[in-house]
Amino acid sequence: METVIGRAAACALGIALWAGGSALAATADHGKFKELQGPFASGEEVTRACLSCHTEAARQVMATRHWTWEYENPADGSKLGKKTMLNGFCIGDKSNEAFCQSCHVGYGWQDDGFDFSAEEKVDCLACHNTGGYRKLSGLAGHPAYERMEWPPRSGKFVEATDLARVAQHVGPTSRETCGTCHYYGGGGDGVKHGDLDSSLNTATRELDVHMAKDGLNFACSDCHRAEEHRVSGSRIAMTAADPHGPLVRGEKSERNPATCQSCHGDKPHKESLLAAGRLNAHTDTLACQACHIPSFARGGVPTKMGWDWSTAGKLTEAGKPFQKKDEHGHVIYDSKKGDFVLGENVVPEYLWFNGKVTWTTADTPIDPSAEVAINAYHGGPDDPDARIWPVKIFHGKQPYDVEHRTLLVPHTATPDDTAFWYNFDWPKALAAGAAATGQPYSGSFDFAATRMIWPITHMVAPKEQAVACRECHSRDGRLAGIEGIYLPGRDGLPWLRVAGWLAAAAALAGVLIHGALRILTHYRGK
Amino acid sequence: MSEHKTVHRLYVFKRYERFWHWSQAALIVFMMLTGFEISGAYGNFGFGRAVEYHTLAAWALLVLWAFTIFWQFTTGEWRQYIPTLKKVDAMARYYAWGIFRGAPHPYHKTALKKHNPLQRLAYLALLAVVSPVIWISGLFYLFYAWWGEYGIDRWLELEWVATAHTAGAFMMLVFFIVHVYLTTTGHTVFAHIKAMITGWEDGEPEGDPARSEY
Repeated sequence: METVIGRAAACALGIALWAGGSALAATADHGKFKELQGPFASGEEVTRACLSCHTEAARQVMATRHWTWEYENPADGSKLGKKTMLNGFCIGDKSNEAFCQSCHVGYGWQDDGFDFSAEEKVDCLACHNTGGYRKLSGLAGHPAYERMEWPPRSGKFVEATDLARVAQHVGPTSRETCGTCHYYGGGGDGVKHGDLDSSLNTATRELDVHMAKDGLNFACSDCHRAEEHRVSGSRIAMTAADPHGPLVRGEKSERNPATCQSCHGDKPHKESLLAAGRLNAHTDTLACQACHIPSFARGGVPTKMGWDWSTAGKLTEAGKPFQKKDEHGHVIYDSKKGDFVLGENVVPEYLWFNGKVTWTTADTPIDPSAEVAINAYHGGPDDPDARIWPVKIFHGKQPYDVEHRTLLVPHTATPDDTAFWYNFDWPKALAAGAAATGQPYSGSFDFAATRMIWPITHMVAPKEQAVACRECHSRDGRLAGIEGIYLPGRDGLPWLRVAGWLAAAAALAGVLIHGALRILTHYRGK
Repeated sequence: MSEHKTVHRLYVFKRYERFWHWSQAALIVFMMLTGFEISGAYGNFGFGRAVEYHTLAAWALLVLWAFTIFWQFTTGEWRQYIPTLKKVDAMARYYAWGIFRGAPHPYHKTALKKHNPLQRLAYLALLAVVSPVIWISGLFYLFYAWWGEYGIDRWLELEWVATAHTAGAFMMLVFFIVHVYLTTTGHTVFAHIKAMITGWEDGEPEGDPARSEY
């Protein structure tokens, strides 16, 4: 009887703690703040209300890449950032700001005239909403303030955003808020990264052991710890190796808190006499991701592995743009964009990587006779900072200036008479794009094959689904192309193999002949 | 064979010795199977399992050897492995010629001298060359994870270790093939194997004229 009462009490206490825990996640109920009662006519008004308490927040955000879209590459000092970088997907931001800047943490960046010092232009809600808030592409970072047709000329309508409601329900960042932009880079769900797409919002344990809805349910920020709004982690300058133990909670450290090792340490595998430190020794050579992310785009959302802009612009007989879909209903041709190659459950490729990446930008001379590397991952087997990393390798085909030998940024996305998506006229779109980037443009263009590398670091599978040993330790395994290491099961001196088997065959032949002779002479003797 | 002729029965292999021989045989066969899989020659258990089984068998064989070395010295049986060149030529001639002519075995096995001179040389080679190559390279291979800690990685390459280990494995394979074949060269095809199982070797019939020489 006592145990029953005890158990009931424990259950009640557990429920109370759980319920209390979720209700007391914050000490402030923003719905009760008079500053947030509204009504708000614009995002900027909401931001002013936020800043009336969170006085330093805007200045903190303004010091980050999320605001500046600028980044100095520590590898070579080059000036990068979304503002100017090129990719093989939507290619570039310039001249398309009003569209692309729906992923800027600000309001109103539609051209070079944007005021980067205006605090009320910071968009708090983009990251801190808990629903009901959406920055529409084409509105330069604003949500819909009134009911409007969107996308333009689509016949579909979007309701006005209830800013007061959104402001009263702010909360910490979530997979949903981060994912609004980071899942959809390149113009759609899962397009760019391959290891980031909307399936992570409702992740199963198999898809991501940390973000599993019914498991640890991590938010992005549980790993990408932020300090003064500076979010850790970068795909431009990565931490490829972190050969240290786990960080203790509260420990002051200059280390990147987003690495696996910052929680798991660099010797995370259980040891035994049979394992003899073997798995942990792998951490000198491999990134954790190499084994623990067996494939990417595993959540049912395909990623783009290839994109051929050179076929864009085909129209129906009636002169209308069209789309073609594959048997799963995924778009594989779009008049606006060209042909796509999609991939799901893609086995990554592997390369040595020390975290340093260099980039082809709009003013880098290219050699269009070969595949142009939009980015290059550095590092090799003798580099102590390098590990073997899984990557997605994307193959593009995109416009370049035949005379100047530079990649071009087309003007595509905002409705006017030069944008490619509305006019299907490359010369106009490329001239307008070049005018915006400020690069010289000869007027003569063609399409160059390009290649882009993406790190694979999300969609970490449960340990029982880690890549099996034999998938690398075999002659034609995942690491068949990796140089500079002796890989048991893959390597071995060919002449030793030949000599060894020859010796064994000779021994076998010798004893067989000897035996046959014995049998023969035995019967002959009778 | 008349019933008057008595058969020499000789207790050659003691119980522990037989236990040692057959468990060692099983372990070595198993280690060749798993080892050649690890080296990439074929697939069966899968690389990871093969490595675990190979490691387990290695530990088992080490334990077995610890007992066996103890046994060899406490019983004095280690003397059976002292090499001799006496009659090596006769043995070689026998295998190359005499065996086909029904010539008698030139070596007379006794409980005190159970290995013929060729056997002694072969086992010495196994003990002095093949075993050290396999065990030294194997233990370095096994404890690769600690190379950094002891500075071994500054002078040793995994490739050399793996190469030595593979070379040792091929030597063992050749030994195994020849060894298994030579078990059939007793006075009957299965005489030696039977002796290794029961401990008793049936000698050749008494009154064999060639026998008395030895």
